[in-house]
Amino acid sequence: MGTVHSLARPVEILTLALCGEAFALEAVIVREILDLIPITIVPNAPRYATGLINVRGKVVPVVDLRVRFGMTQEPTTIDTRIVVIENIQDGEATMIGLLADRVYEVTEIDMQAIEATPKVGMRWPPEFIRGISRRNGGFLIILDIDRVFASEPAREDRLHAS
Amino acid sequence: MAAIIDPVETFRAEARELFEQLETTLLDIEANPSDKDLIDTAFRALHTIKGSGAMFGFDAASAFTHHVENAFDLVRKGKLSATKELVEVALTAKDHMRTLIEQPEAAPFGRSEAILAQLAGIIGITPDMAVPGKNAKLQPEPAAERATYRIHFKLAQNAMAMGANPLLLLKELRELGDCTIITDTDGIPALEEMDPSGCYLAWNALLSTDQPASAIDDVFMFVIDDMELTVEAIEPESKRLGEILVERHAVSADALDKALVQQPRLGAMLVKEGLVSTDKVAAALAEQKHLKVEVEKANKVEAADIRVQASRLDELMDQVGELVIAQARLRQLANAGSDIHLKALVEEIERLSSELRDTTMGIRMVPIGSLFSRFRRLVRDLSKELGKEIQLTTSGEETELDKTVIERLYDPLVHLIRNSLDHGIESPEKREAHGKARQGTIHLSATHSGAQVLISIKDDGNGIDPERVHAKAEENGLIQPGAELSESELFQLILQPGFSTAAKVTSVSGRGVGMDVVKRAIDQLRGTIDIASTLGEGSDMTLRLPLTLAIIDGLLIRVGDGRYVIPLSAVEECVELTAEDDLRTTGRDFLNIRDETVPFLRLKALFNIATPAEPYQKVVIVSTGENRVGLVVDQIIGDYQTVIKSLSKIHSSVQTFSGATILGDGTVALIIDVPRLIDFGQACEPQKKAS
Repeated sequence: MGTVHSLARPVEILTLALCGEAFALEAVIVREILDLIPITIVPNAPRYATGLINVRGKVVPVVDLRVRFGMTQEPTTIDTRIVVIENIQDGEATMIGLLADRVYEVTEIDMQAIEATPKVGMRWPPEFIRGISRRNGGFLIILDIDRVFASEPAREDRLHAS
Repeated sequence: MAAIIDPVETFRAEARELFEQLETTLLDIEANPSDKDLIDTAFRALHTIKGSGAMFGFDAASAFTHHVENAFDLVRKGKLSATKELVEVALTAKDHMRTLIEQPEAAPFGRSEAILAQLAGIIGITPDMAVPGKNAKLQPEPAAERATYRIHFKLAQNAMAMGANPLLLLKELRELGDCTIITDTDGIPALEEMDPSGCYLAWNALLSTDQPASAIDDVFMFVIDDMELTVEAIEPESKRLGEILVERHAVSADALDKALVQQPRLGAMLVKEGLVSTDKVAAALAEQKHLKVEVEKANKVEAADIRVQASRLDELMDQVGELVIAQARLRQLANAGSDIHLKALVEEIERLSSELRDTTMGIRMVPIGSLFSRFRRLVRDLSKELGKEIQLTTSGEETELDKTVIERLYDPLVHLIRNSLDHGIESPEKREAHGKARQGTIHLSATHSGAQVLISIKDDGNGIDPERVHAKAEENGLIQPGAELSESELFQLILQPGFSTAAKVTSVSGRGVGMDVVKRAIDQLRGTIDIASTLGEGSDMTLRLPLTLAIIDGLLIRVGDGRYVIPLSAVEECVELTAEDDLRTTGRDFLNIRDETVPFLRLKALFNIATPAEPYQKVVIVSTGENRVGLVVDQIIGDYQTVIKSLSKIHSSVQTFSGATILGDGTVALIIDVPRLIDFGQACEPQKKAS
C-alpha cells in the first residue's frame, strides 16, 4: 500500500483516539467496529497482543496499539471499541482487532495535505506513521498499519526495555 | 466456487493416477518378471493413456506411448521377456509421458526419439515411427456385457467311452468366469443296473461371465451332438428359493404354493414331501447364493467413486466445524431453559451433527498406501545411486488418515527414508562382513492406535551410535559436557536444528536440511517422533500422528478466569491436589501416584494468572510418550469436542498453544500444546529457583 495511488483523490479514513491523541487509519481496511466484548487472554503473549476475540466464528487477535507505541495503558471505558481490520500477513488476509479508547468518525482527507513525520519530537516510532494532518486545531496522526504489523516483534521489547 | 471443470484437467488427474499405477506395476514386474497379470495391467494402463491422450489432443504423448505399449504387447504375447533393462526404459518412458502430458512445452527436444531408440534396442527391431492416425483404434474395446447363464447339461451315457472327459468340460466352464457348479446325481441308477463305464451324472452350472454366450457353446463343441444342453440367460437378482425351483422346473408352482403354506425351511420341506430331490434343492440353493453374489457385485460397481475437488472437502469440513460450534451453543441455551421439547430437539441435532462430522471426516480419509507406493521408486533409484542393495517392504497400507495429513507427510517421510538409505543401511560388502544379508530392508508400516496413527520407518542398518550423538551434541553446545542422558533423550537431540552426525555429505542427504525440518513438519501436524535404535542392528523411527487436523476431542478446564482445552489424547487421568501436596510444594512439585513420582506444573504460575488460590484444585495427568506430568488446574469442566482454529502470526511466538476454539457461550478458549507446555514449564523451573 504505497502512497502514490492516493495522491489525486481524497481518501476515506477512520479517526480514533488513543490516550487522548487522535489517530487515523484508512477506512478501506476496516471490517467492523465492535463494542468491547470479552477478550480471552493469551498467556505469555507479546504485551501488545495479549488477547483473542470471537468475530463471527473466527478467532481474531486483539492488538493494543497503545502498548505497541509505548503509551500508557488506560482502563477501558464505556467508549472503548474494537476496530476489526484486515491486514495481509504472509500473503494471507488476517483479521486483527485494534483496541481504541474511542472511535470518532469516518471522514475524508486529502493525502497531499499531510505533512511528513518530523524526525525529532515524536513520542511514537516514526516508521509506524505515514504523516500528520491538522484537524480541528489539533494533530491527526495517520498510521501506516502495514508497517505496524510488518516490523520485527523485537522492536516491542526494545520499546519496553526502559 | 466455479463449477466448470476443465476436461483436460480431469484427464490429467486421471493420467496421474494411471502413471502411479503404472510405476507400481513396473516395479512389481521388476521383482516378478514372469507375472502375466502384472504385464497385462501395465499394458492396459499404457493403452488407456494412449487412447485418452489422443482424445484430449495430447498427440505427441499418445504417439510415444503407442511404442511403449507395443513393447508390452510383445511381452504379453511371450515374444519378449520383461528384463530389467526393459523395465528401466519403461520407467524412464513413463516419466517422459508424464512430462508430455503435464507440461508438453517443457519436454526436452529429441527425448522421445532417444527413449524410443533405447526401447528399439531392447526389442531388437526398429519401431515404426509413424504416428497412429486419429482413426486408429484409440478407444479401449468395449467389454462384453457381464451376463449370468444357467446351464444344464447331461452327457450321453456312452460319452466317456467316446473319449469325452466331463472334468475338462467343467474346467473350461470355470475358466469363462465366476462359475458355480452343482452335480445332479438323480440319474444314477441302482447299483445292479449300473454300467460302470457309463456317465449318469448331469450338471447344473451358474456362470457369470463377460464372454459372449457363444463361448459356452464352444466349450461343448466336441460333444454337442449327443448330449442335453440348455443355456439360458438369467437376470442376476436376489430370488427366493421357491421361485428358482419353479423356474428350473424342479417343482411345479402348485406344489410350491402347497409347501409354502406350511413354512419353516422350504427346501427341507419340499424334500420331505418327496416333491424334489435333495440334489435339486442343493442346486437351487447354490444358484440362489451365486445370484446374490452377482447382485452384490453389480451394486458395488454402481457405488463407484466420484471425483471431488479437495477444496470443496475443506469447505465442507469448515462448515461442519462451524455447525459443531453452533450446536454446542444451542445445547448451552437449551440447558439453561426448562423447555423439554427444545432439549429433545437439541439432543437430536447433537446426534445428527456428530454423525455428520464423522461422515465428513470419513470422506477425507485416504488410505496411506498411495503415499507408501510413491517411495518404492525413490528407494529403488537411490539404492542404485548409492551402490546398495535395499528393498522396501510395507504393511498397513489400508490405514486411513486425513487427506491433509497424508499430503503433508510426504516430505518428512522422504527425508527419513533417505536418511535410512544413506546413513542407516551399510554397503553390501560391509553388511556381509558383519554377518548380515547383503540386501538391507527398510520397512514402512502404519497402524491405528486409538485416535492416533503410528507410522514407523524401520531399517536393519547400522543404527545410531549414541556415543557419536553425545559427542556431536557437546560439540554443538546442545548439552553440557559430561551430561548424563538416557538413550531416548539422546536420540531426541538428533531432531535439534544444526545437528547431523553423518561424517560426509552425500548427494542424498546431509544437504544442510536436517532432522529439525522433519520435526517441524511433524510438529505442525501435531505429531511426535519416537526414535529407537540398536547399534549394529538398525533403527526405528515412529511418527505418532492425529487422525485429523480439524477437530479434536479435548478436556475443557478452567484456570483462574480463563478456560483452556487439553487434547484428550494426551490426558491419562485426573486426580485431586490434596492440601498436603499443595503446601509441601515450596521445594519440590511432585505427586505420588500409585507409588510413581509424577512431577507437576502449576498452570496458574505458568500462565501468570493472578487470581487467588482456590481450595479444590485438580491435577490432570498428561503424557507425552515417556514423560508423565501433572497440570494443576482450578476446575475440570468436562470433555469437549472442538474445532481447531489456528492462531495468527501475531501469536506465533506463543509456543504453548496449538490453536484456539470457540466455546458454547461464544468466547474463545486456547488449546494447550502439551509437549510444548511441558518444555516451557521445564525451561521456567530454573528461573523459579533462581528467584
